Amino acid sequence: MNFLTQTLSVAAKDLRSEFRTKESFNAAASFAIVILLLFSFAVDPTSDQIREMSGGLLWIVYSFSAALILNRSFARELPNDCLDALIASPVSGAALFLGKALASFVLILLIEALCLPVFGIFYDLNWATQPAWLALVVLLATWGMTVIGTMFSALTVNLRLREIMLPMLVYPMLIPTLMAAMQLTTLLIAGQAIAGDDFVWLRLLIGVDIIFTALAVALIEVVLVG
Amino acid sequence: MQAVTVGRLWKYFGDYAALRDVDFTIAPGSCTALLGRNGAGKTTLLRILAGLSVPSKGEVTLHGKPPRDGDARRQIGIIGHGIAIYDELSATENLLLFARLYALADPRAAARHWLEKTGLDHVANSLVREFSRGMRQRLAIARAFLHSPTLLLLDEPFTSLDDRAIALLQQLLNEAIAQGSTVVMSTHQLREALELATGVALLHRGKLAHAGPRTPEMLADTSYLYRTYGDAS
Repeated sequence: MNFLTQTLSVAAKDLRSEFRTKESFNAAASFAIVILLLFSFAVDPTSDQIREMSGGLLWIVYSFSAALILNRSFARELPNDCLDALIASPVSGAALFLGKALASFVLILLIEALCLPVFGIFYDLNWATQPAWLALVVLLATWGMTVIGTMFSALTVNLRLREIMLPMLVYPMLIPTLMAAMQLTTLLIAGQAIAGDDFVWLRLLIGVDIIFTALAVALIEVVLVG
Repeated sequence: MQAVTVGRLWKYFGDYAALRDVDFTIAPGSCTALLGRNGAGKTTLLRILAGLSVPSKGEVTLHGKPPRDGDARRQIGIIGHGIAIYDELSATENLLLFARLYALADPRAAARHWLEKTGLDHVANSLVREFSRGMRQRLAIARAFLHSPTLLLLDEPFTSLDDRAIALLQQLLNEAIAQGSTVVMSTHQLREALELATGVALLHRGKLAHAGPRTPEMLADTSYLYRTYGDAS
C-alpha cells in the first residue's frame, strides 16, 4: 500500500508540475505535429506507399517526441536539488522510478492520442479499423519506450549534454520495441487483425516490457546512488 | 547505540581522495558542528551520511543501520545546498508530497502544522515560484522537519538565510535537541554553530583533524579551533 502511495505521489507530482508549466508537453506535441506535416509534403498521401510505411512513420514521430518528454523526467528534479530530497526520503528506488515512468507514460500517450487524428487527416488513412488491437500495441510499445527512456533519463541526469546523450543511448535500445510496433501498426492501419506469425511481434513487445521493467526496478538504486 | 558511526571511511572521486580514513562517532541527542575549510570534505561526508553517495571504503551506520536502509532514511531530515522544494507546486502540495513519501499518518494535518509553524499558512495554496527567498527558505525548513526526524543532517544551514529564517531554524534546532534528536551540521558560521553545538568534528583536507566536545575556549575564540587543529594532517 505504501509502495503504491509513494509511486502515485511521485507520478501525480510530475504530472501536476508538467501540466502547470507545459514545458515538455507543448514542445513534444508541436514537434510531433510539425514532423507529420513535413512528411506529408514529402510523400503523396494518396499513394499505396504511404500505407506500407504508415506504422514506421507514426512510430518515428512517437519516439522522437517521446524523447523530449523523457529528457525531462529526472532533469525536472535538478532545480533546487529536489532529487537529493527524494533519494534521501524513504521512498524506494523502484517506487520513484515507476512513479516517474507512469507520469511520462501518461504524457506520451496524450501526445500519441493527439497525433493519431492529425496523422489520419494528413495522410488520408483510417487508423481506427482495428481500435482494440491498435490500443494494445500503442500501450505496450509506449510502456517499453517509457521504461527504457526513464532509466536512461536517470543515468544521464547529471550529464551536461544529457539532451544529446539520452537519444543516443536510448534509440539503439528501442530497436526491438520500435520494430514490433511499426510492423503491427502498419498491419492494423491496413485493416488486418493480428493473427498467425504476427503474434511474434506482440510477444516481443510484452517480453521487452517485462524484461526492461524488471531490470530498471532492480538497477535504479545503483543508478541513482552508486 | 551511537546515532552516527563513521568507521575508516574513504571516498574517492577518480584518484582524488575527498575523505581519508575518517573515523568517529556521534552520540544520540548531541549537536555536532562539522567544521573545515572549503574542500575539506564536509559536504561529501554529509552526503554519505544522508545515503546520497556511497563510501569507497569503510562503513557508516545511523542508529546501527546503513544509511540506505528504509528505517534509517525515515529518521533523517536534511537541509542541503539546494532548498529541495518544487517551484511549480504550492507550499501545501510540496509538504503533502513529502508527508506521503514519509508515510505520515495524517499528511494534511502535518502540512498544516508546519505551514503554521513556519508562518506560511497565509500562502499555503500559492505556488512556490511566487514566494520571496525568505519564504522559500522557511518552506525548506518545514520540509526538513515535517516528519519529526531524529537525525538532522544540515549542510551549511544558515548560509543565505534571512534573519527570520535563521531565528526559526535556531528555535527548531533547539527544540529538536531538547527532544533528543541528533544534529550534525556543517557550517562556516562558527559563532552560530558553536553556540548550538555540544561536539565538534574538524575536517582538514579530507582527514579528521579533531573530534571531541565543544569547549569554552572554542566559544570564547572562534579561531581557536582552526589555530589549534586546523593544520593537522
